[in-house]
Amino acid sequence: MTETSTDISLEALRSGDRTHFARLVDAYSIPVYRLALRMLGNEQDAEDVLQTTFVKALQHVSEFEGRSSLSTWLYRIAANEALMLLRRKRPSISLDEEPEDEDGEVRPPLQLADWSALPESDLLSAEVRTQLDRAIQSLPAKLRAVFLLRDVESLSIKETGEALDLTETAVKTRLLRARLQLREQLAGYFGERLRQEK
Amino acid sequence: MKHDHKLECQDLLGNLSDFIDGELDDEVCQELQRHMAGCENCRVVFDTTTRTIYLYQSCANEIELPAGARERLFDTLHLDDLLKPKS
Repeated sequence: MTETSTDISLEALRSGDRTHFARLVDAYSIPVYRLALRMLGNEQDAEDVLQTTFVKALQHVSEFEGRSSLSTWLYRIAANEALMLLRRKRPSISLDEEPEDEDGEVRPPLQLADWSALPESDLLSAEVRTQLDRAIQSLPAKLRAVFLLRDVESLSIKETGEALDLTETAVKTRLLRARLQLREQLAGYFGERLRQEK
Repeated sequence: MKHDHKLECQDLLGNLSDFIDGELDDEVCQELQRHMAGCENCRVVFDTTTRTIYLYQSCANEIELPAGARERLFDTLHLDDLLKPKS
């Protein structure tokens, strides 16, 4: 990032200052793109979401009341755009239906291979990165959005809720499910690898 | 006190996210740590979940905009006259 959020004046943005908007774009285009890429799994779609997010931000920045931070506001626009694009591209998948209801019990972990002590070089290989992509794409979109905002973009539980219109309880429930489902998938992959190495 | 192992495993699972995020009281943390010291499966679930999060965070930092995406974005926003080389 070339600019930090402290270089961006909300007042200047609201009054239509183009220099400050350009700073906003440079400060947040990578995080917005990163969220979109992980949500959609496709570079072209992610760039489309990046563009739409900042076009909408430019259109509506004068109305931005500052009740959330600028970054949360941008993540909110980007997450909505990504979810809408997924709906358009895969209409057979209902994003409103979760595989488990909000209050249901968490499924107990089944894959119990201990891969946590594998060396860093093994954990960040190209093959593992492919597995990470595959695992996150297999999550229901609404769990994926929560995991990405909270664990990858480091928003707080409250900010994640603001970005996705969810209560803090719903964020926590989805976050736990997302973390455990990803863990389960990776444990399956690493477990197989550990068995082969024996 | 009778040791209800199953209940404790379920407790750990229910509290796993708060435990990882450091949002539990010290007393509850100590109880869960005691449980993990004697329960290999829960220790593995905790360690591998933490590692899963770490892997996604590590890979995320490497993501950059595709070539020309910044220029296209500035162009779309009619900010191309403000496009400066990134430092």
